Amino acid sequence: MVKKLPKVDAVIVGSGWAGGIAAAELTKAGHKVVILERGRDKKHEDFMGTKDELRYSKRYDLMQDLNKETITSRNSLDKKALPVRDNSKARLGNHTGGAGVHWNGMSFRWLPYDFEIYSKTVERYGKEKIPKESTMQDWGITYDELEPYYDKYEKTAGISGEENPIGPPRSDKYPNPPLKETPTIRLFKKATTDLGYHPYHMPSANLSQAYVNPDGEKLNGCVYCAFCEEYGCDFGAKADPIGTVLATARKTGNLELRNGANVTRVGHDGKRATGLVYTDTMTGEEFEQPADIVVLAGFVFTNTKLLLVSKIGTPYNPKTGQGIIGKNFTGHFNNLSTYIGARGFFENKKFNNFMGTGALGATIDDFSGDNEDHSNLKFLHGYEVHYGQLGTRPIANNQVPEGTPAWGKEFKKQSLKYANRNLFITAQSGFLPNKETYMDLDPTYKDSLGNPLLRVTVKYAEQDRERAKAGVARCAEIMKEMGADTMNVDVVEDDVEFDHKFYTDHFFGGAIMGESPENSAVNTYSQMWEMENLFVVGGSSFPHNSNYNPTGTIGAFAYRAAEGMNKYLKDGGLLTQSELKENA
Amino acid sequence: MSDNNYKNTASGEQQKQQDMSRRKFLKNSGLVAGGLVGGSLFGGLLTNSFDSKKEQKMEKHKDTLIDVQEAMQFFTRHQDFLVLMAATEQIYPEDEHGPGAIKLGVPYYIDKQLAGRWGINGRDYRHGPFTAVLDESDQSAGPAGEQSILDRGDIFIQGLRKLDEESQKRFGTTFDKAEEEQQIQILQDFDDDKVKMNGLAASEFFALLIQSTLEGAYSDPLYGGNRNMEGWKMKEFPGAQTSYAGYIDQDEFIKLEPVSLRDYQGH
Repeated sequence: MVKKLPKVDAVIVGSGWAGGIAAAELTKAGHKVVILERGRDKKHEDFMGTKDELRYSKRYDLMQDLNKETITSRNSLDKKALPVRDNSKARLGNHTGGAGVHWNGMSFRWLPYDFEIYSKTVERYGKEKIPKESTMQDWGITYDELEPYYDKYEKTAGISGEENPIGPPRSDKYPNPPLKETPTIRLFKKATTDLGYHPYHMPSANLSQAYVNPDGEKLNGCVYCAFCEEYGCDFGAKADPIGTVLATARKTGNLELRNGANVTRVGHDGKRATGLVYTDTMTGEEFEQPADIVVLAGFVFTNTKLLLVSKIGTPYNPKTGQGIIGKNFTGHFNNLSTYIGARGFFENKKFNNFMGTGALGATIDDFSGDNEDHSNLKFLHGYEVHYGQLGTRPIANNQVPEGTPAWGKEFKKQSLKYANRNLFITAQSGFLPNKETYMDLDPTYKDSLGNPLLRVTVKYAEQDRERAKAGVARCAEIMKEMGADTMNVDVVEDDVEFDHKFYTDHFFGGAIMGESPENSAVNTYSQMWEMENLFVVGGSSFPHNSNYNPTGTIGAFAYRAAEGMNKYLKDGGLLTQSELKENA
Repeated sequence: MSDNNYKNTASGEQQKQQDMSRRKFLKNSGLVAGGLVGGSLFGGLLTNSFDSKKEQKMEKHKDTLIDVQEAMQFFTRHQDFLVLMAATEQIYPEDEHGPGAIKLGVPYYIDKQLAGRWGINGRDYRHGPFTAVLDESDQSAGPAGEQSILDRGDIFIQGLRKLDEESQKRFGTTFDKAEEEQQIQILQDFDDDKVKMNGLAASEFFALLIQSTLEGAYSDPLYGGNRNMEGWKMKEFPGAQTSYAGYIDQDEFIKLEPVSLRDYQGH
């Protein structure tokens, strides 16, 4: 028996950046909002004294409890998918603030090329350059149209950055100066400059100084304590939803954030969403929370699963290419798109590797997106090469030169010697969508409530491997220039396949945006074409993955979606259509 | 070095040095000078760090803690524990840099971990069907025995007894009594999957053993390993420091006395 609750203006799944931004903007406009968050209540107080590598980096204390729900994974259509059973393969966000609590804070803008990737590729290289397996498409929006929302997000989060010498135009500078420059960053910047590239500090949500954002929320300056990724900030110095947008929404008196509410489906009558059905994780009781608008702002997997289970939209079929829900799954994959590169070992230099913060470091954009000419390359899109000084921690930091045993006397000796004598640079590359990389419901495995798990199928294409190889070679070139005595350079094998690791938390697609219902689930306001009071916000709306970390772009699109929601609550209708009318 | 040495260094003098270095550090870091907002969070930390009454209470604690907390929670056979000690010591041996797995408390660390929810895969997805043998292209997939129906406790008991069995078969003695070279040979064969285990590959057990040994050597001492932070000292890792803001742009390598979570949280 589902108990029906009193109706509100908007009900939102998830309290991460996407849900938090929507909640802040809706409540500021006077709307009553309920956020349903299945994880526990978290405050900054929970993160004090948090510097515990075992608990947070090895036992994944802040991540989704896979005992209750996970995903299944396979790397080709003809295989049976297996469940991802262990958090070391899936660091998915959970609890109040979601993954926005334990992120590193890298906050990039994506490129004009990304949003018009199909047109710009055809324009520069011709149609034949696009591989036949590719399902890449324009997003239905340009960088210039999105720019004001980037600016808004960056001001909310207090992004600390240095101007990118070859970056896209900005309407304003970063709200805070870049983080400090360290000896190793100087080394990277000098080497890349000498090679003719254009290094700059990575834009960071770890703040370089104390800051008050436009909503009046206060953030501290980062102290470089090196417990950032996988940790909540001990110091209130990393922008997260708890200290910014959720606090802003709470101040209005219009927000109720309901923890322990595990949403299982979207209630609807085929034309309109009526609310969200959830299970109280304390009692097992089922409730329906009715609302005028329904917002799915969970992670990619949550949003896609809810649409499929609720039978909204047409599921994508990889055999026919028909359907849209679940289509264009992309991401940053461990053995292909990030965490691979060159590790240098230095005999006569010692670095303070144990100091750092999440987004501290520098990168080059010379090979990002379509910044280099791909005419003679066997791939489209590109990679950024960065050195990051996150701060190494001792259980994980056991780097040894190739050929050293992985245990025993020699291992101990070398791992101690090189603990502070190694540096790593990585190439993070884009991943373009293809016909056989998608999500649907698993036929075998179920979650703890008896609903099917989401099944993810990932097939690497030739061009993805070529892009990764080019990125790794660039890392080796730069590491050599940085003066490493020896190097471990990762090898991208010709037959490398997806290794079932969903470790980066950078995953996209499933309810992608576009300019028409023909090729997309939502418009650029994240509004469902076929259910106009349902908004599906976050990485699930991205038709492909760029070579940058996604949060800045998720924040920008969430602000655009929130603007659309407020407009919809006032006027109704499909937002892009009324926009067209206004511009006509 | 005997175990006693580790206990002695944990007492008064050591603690005092740490406190001094932390105060000096905070001063150097420029944290005290201000430039901060949202004082409640930071204020709480500073208060904790400088509350001398609390620190005195903490010192008293420390002298009496170590020994009575070390007894078997998970393992039931003494022989299993002896094999665990010998195997972890081969993976992380005592040498000129400092203690090995045994003196760091690694075997007790592993015993404690196996007795908790990690040992029963409490956060893992545990519904069937399970798969003991993976498709070749999936073998890079996962952490040790991820698709196995065995939990980590099962894996350890089976693996340790298998080490003993191999030793008996090859050398006519238990693993813990075998010569160093003999122990290394057996472990290498587990690493290379030359030994057959039931329900998972021997290399998967071995990967779990290596991972847990490193965790025991380098996790915060609160978990029972990394005794007296000797693992961190060998690696020149300074533990839970409040801030590196005063150091991070400097060129020289900075050596700091490590700070444990007990010290850092200060309650």
